[in-house]
Amino acid sequence: MAGASVASDAATDVLMPGSEDEAIAAFGDGAGVVVVGGGTIVLPDMTYRRLRPTKALMLGRAGLTGVSTEGSTVTIGAMTPVQELVGMGAPLGPCAANVADMEIRSQGTVGGNVCAGAGQEAPRGDLQGALLALGATARSASDGEVSEEPLEDFLPKRADRLLLSVSFDEPAAGAFAGLDRPHTHDYTALAVSGTRSADGTIRLAATGAGTHGQRLSSAEGGDPDAALEDVVPHDDALASAWYRTKVLPVLVRRVLSELEESS
Amino acid sequence: MNLTVNGTTHEIAVSALTPLLDVLRDELGVTGPKAGCHQGGCGACTVLVDGSPQRACLIPTGYADGTQITTAEGLGAPEDLSPVQQAFVHYFAAQCGFCTSGMMIAAQAYIDRGGTDDHEAIQHALGGHVCRCTGYSKIIDAVAAAARGDSFDLTTTAVGKHTTMANGGSE
Repeated sequence: MAGASVASDAATDVLMPGSEDEAIAAFGDGAGVVVVGGGTIVLPDMTYRRLRPTKALMLGRAGLTGVSTEGSTVTIGAMTPVQELVGMGAPLGPCAANVADMEIRSQGTVGGNVCAGAGQEAPRGDLQGALLALGATARSASDGEVSEEPLEDFLPKRADRLLLSVSFDEPAAGAFAGLDRPHTHDYTALAVSGTRSADGTIRLAATGAGTHGQRLSSAEGGDPDAALEDVVPHDDALASAWYRTKVLPVLVRRVLSELEESS
Repeated sequence: MNLTVNGTTHEIAVSALTPLLDVLRDELGVTGPKAGCHQGGCGACTVLVDGSPQRACLIPTGYADGTQITTAEGLGAPEDLSPVQQAFVHYFAAQCGFCTSGMMIAAQAYIDRGGTDDHEAIQHALGGHVCRCTGYSKIIDAVAAAARGDSFDLTTTAVGKHTTMANGGSE
């Protein structure tokens, strides 16, 4: 496979910043920059010539790693390996455990998972649904300016901004239900995450029901079938639209009843 | 960049984005990690990076700079096989052998982090590794035996036959 290697790609300008500030400066306005988190998506894309970056920003030494808790607020650095989330409570912990296998999870990062564009065969971004259900905010940079906004607003423009961290308040209860994967490396075909906050507010979101994670606001009142008002299930290599349409309310029902049981 | 592979430090000059697998195999001639799918899906190129099992095909070499890499060659030597390697011989856990080095690296990491002989836990630990010969039962038996700390007589196998290790494959 030496012929497929990128060893001779001297045309790629590789930047490896040593701090968050350096990373923000190196990213600039993001034009033409391929951001490399753990490498689990970018490297195969380069190896198979689906991606030929002229400028690559490798974040491995930028210090964006780690999970911190302040009061009830959890902040996860963009370069935190997905594996570090596995022990967390629902929905994020079980959602992370449903990503690839332990070894890939140790390499793949939260930022890479959240920011990846759709793949050739299926949407990526397994963690998006869980983070949306948690009401997470995204802290990101572009043109040297750092801003924080709800993840819902960030996701559509994730290709143009450098994600630094995501934060959320610990919910009173959480639940996750997803389709089993035939192989550890398949992306999430369909999964539903839910949370209940201390004041009883229910928040639901799906992964695999669109090009990126989506809130299922219509079902938050308790009617699982209403989730289909929020999404347009699609056909791809992992599942048909028909199947997704049939299964989504089932997963929503499981999450809602789990949330109810924990109250 | 400096890579320490199985205890030997090498100075290499490649693009930081070059997959570590290509550096190991093509630059350094370390062929234990196999180039199966080159996209993280098969597990055959798994190596230990500072003790953590990772896919060499997915590691940009720039991230491996300054780390300790262990491949199957670093687990033991032909005349001094590691317990995991002995278990694979004893249980006939290798058929074509292509997945074996990745399986053994994953098994070593599993045992290093305190893994037991629980078959379900072993399946979980090896979940990212594909054996196209479908020899999973024997692989899991071998990892379980190594996790228990069994000792192995390499002149026989778990099924009572002489091994190729002992008689050059004439049996």
